[in-house]
Amino acid sequence: MTDIILRQTAPAGPAPATADVRRRRLVGLCVLIAALALAVVASLAVGARALSPSEVWHGLFAAPDPDQRRNEVRLIVQTVRLPRTVLAIVAGIALGVGGALIQGYTRNPIADTGLVGVNAGASFAVATAIAVFGFAEPTQYVWFAVAGAGVAGAVVFGLASIGRGAGNPLTLALAGQGVTVFLAAMTTAVSLSDKAAMDALRFWNAGSVAGVGFDVIGPVAGLVALGLVAALATLPALNLLGLGDDVARGLGVNIVRTRVTGIVAVTVLAGAATAACGPIAFLGLMVAHVARYLTGPDYRLLVPYAGLLGALVLLLCDIVGRVVVRPGELDAGVLVALLGAPSFAVLVWRGRIKGL
Amino acid sequence: MSGAEVGPLIRSSTRPGVRFGHVSFVWRPRVVVVTLALIAATFLLFCVSIAVGDFRLGLDRVIATILGRGDAVDEFVVMDLRMPRALAGLIVGIALGVSGALTQSLARNPLASPDVLGITGGASAVAVFLVTVSGGASAAIAGSVGLSTAALAGGLGTGLLVYALAWRRGIDGLRLILIGISANAVTQAVTTWLLATADIRDVARAQAWLVGSLDNRSWDEVRVAFWCTLVLMLVVMAIAFQFKPMHLGDEVAAGLGVRYVAVRAVLLLCAVLLAGAAVSAAGPVPFVALMAPQVAMRLVGTPTPPLAASGVVGALLLIGADLVARTALPVALPVGVVTAAIGGPFLVYLLVRANLRQRA
Repeated sequence: MTDIILRQTAPAGPAPATADVRRRRLVGLCVLIAALALAVVASLAVGARALSPSEVWHGLFAAPDPDQRRNEVRLIVQTVRLPRTVLAIVAGIALGVGGALIQGYTRNPIADTGLVGVNAGASFAVATAIAVFGFAEPTQYVWFAVAGAGVAGAVVFGLASIGRGAGNPLTLALAGQGVTVFLAAMTTAVSLSDKAAMDALRFWNAGSVAGVGFDVIGPVAGLVALGLVAALATLPALNLLGLGDDVARGLGVNIVRTRVTGIVAVTVLAGAATAACGPIAFLGLMVAHVARYLTGPDYRLLVPYAGLLGALVLLLCDIVGRVVVRPGELDAGVLVALLGAPSFAVLVWRGRIKGL
Repeated sequence: MSGAEVGPLIRSSTRPGVRFGHVSFVWRPRVVVVTLALIAATFLLFCVSIAVGDFRLGLDRVIATILGRGDAVDEFVVMDLRMPRALAGLIVGIALGVSGALTQSLARNPLASPDVLGITGGASAVAVFLVTVSGGASAAIAGSVGLSTAALAGGLGTGLLVYALAWRRGIDGLRLILIGISANAVTQAVTTWLLATADIRDVARAQAWLVGSLDNRSWDEVRVAFWCTLVLMLVVMAIAFQFKPMHLGDEVAAGLGVRYVAVRAVLLLCAVLLAGAAVSAAGPVPFVALMAPQVAMRLVGTPTPPLAASGVVGALLLIGADLVARTALPVALPVGVVTAAIGGPFLVYLLVRANLRQRA
């Protein structure tokens, strides 16, 4: 713990990069991009029916074909595997960037995107949609999830910005925890009194990138893109906030505007991802720490790395989930924890993971 | 130099000290007064909780019965029917409150509750496994040792595993929490998966356990939780005086003669075991461990969570929530739903009020 405290008082902004760090950044970036490209190909090829790379190529770009076998390949790739691959990448980027941002804004190394209430808000909205309106299909309740995530995020941020403690990261974290716990209780109350809601929620809660078409992915990707633009715009200011509010203000940072933009970005990113996939815990927290190990504390690099890492991890977990329990499937959200947590624990134990 | 001359900042450091042999502490009247008031309030609520129900009793008759001067009917209603539930609430509340205060102080993070260390996650995974996977080994385990004991074992096992994994030439607060979060993620993933693959009737049973409840407590369960909590509280009290200097940082604490590695290890173990005892008696009641230390800290006015007051606030919260869960709602809900429904907004209210007061 002591080195964290020392780190906080020392300038946390972009320190002059040593050759070692610079090499790690570059190698890390190349490995990440190559691995992501390989994972995309694997994601299109691996599944209940394995496809060769040439079949994947054909499936992606061929027109409808009278030959039944070739047409089947095209259908598998375009309606099943391509959507879930795209969604895994979109949601992974959103959760990774969101996780890195929320840790930066709250100055809390254990902050997670779920902290601002978006997971709980989305779950509660989905439970209500099922119990009150009788919706059963993900395409029907996904918009409730978006709205629930947004409202919960807005409430948490609103509560945290009342009065003098507005900028205090701890206030945000505690307000998030308060709202999260309250909404989780309401969700439990709804699901204990409504069998259908309980039944739907237990699948939704597992977190999966499968079963959603481009009709949902399109708007979600649009939201994520908006969130990313807002997130990237605040990164230089976020670096300066690390020096403390007074210093940042002295250097010309509009603190209130930066914080509002940052938290809105986190809410939009996490809310959109959660609405489409269900709550995927732990991913944002984990990749933010791994990215910090690769890049050092400069958020202009850390945040994009975290996004790439999030996409890679979610995609890999989805692929592994398709093959480990054949003929069934294991949800990506479950595998993120089962595979990610032990490897993250190893990094923590070896001292690779540092506080803010 | 008297405190009045040098202004408020210095005055706080010239509080009178009290010394008993090797133990010394700063005399803070507010801590003592607030803690005593909280204890009185808890006792009152405890009696109200016993008095209220289908068969109503006056407070005077409840107190008379507790003191052993009640008639036979009162004796039966109070001691056999309502006392186990009320006592379970009291004990679980104290255990969760103290456990939360210890973890929050040791990790120096107000979000660090025993839940973070994997205890509730491990206990829940074991319980859900026993409820949803029928036949074979799980039936044998559930039949022979009971659901709560098996869950307790699961919780303690996970807690100790987290602790062992976080050990690397000593325990570092952040490493412990991050490993705890990892373990929690794994146990929650297992729970989610079990729930998703199980029969819907079993899911309802598992859900009711997962949220935390004081329904149908027997003297047996209360007895186990009581002795566990009592012994652990004695251990905590015996070394708690070494705990204060640790807030100043490891180096300072070591300079003041505190063997901080050992003290931290023992206190953490106590926190894990206290949370485990609570979970075995009532299931993972949410929020009390997070909430009680934060409330106690603000009431008592100390910079870090006070141990005794946190325990009392925990008991107050849990008994009050159980009272609401039993009587005030149109449908009876598990106490865990109520602790979260009351606790969440209350925490937010505390924060907002604290922020509004902080006018520069």
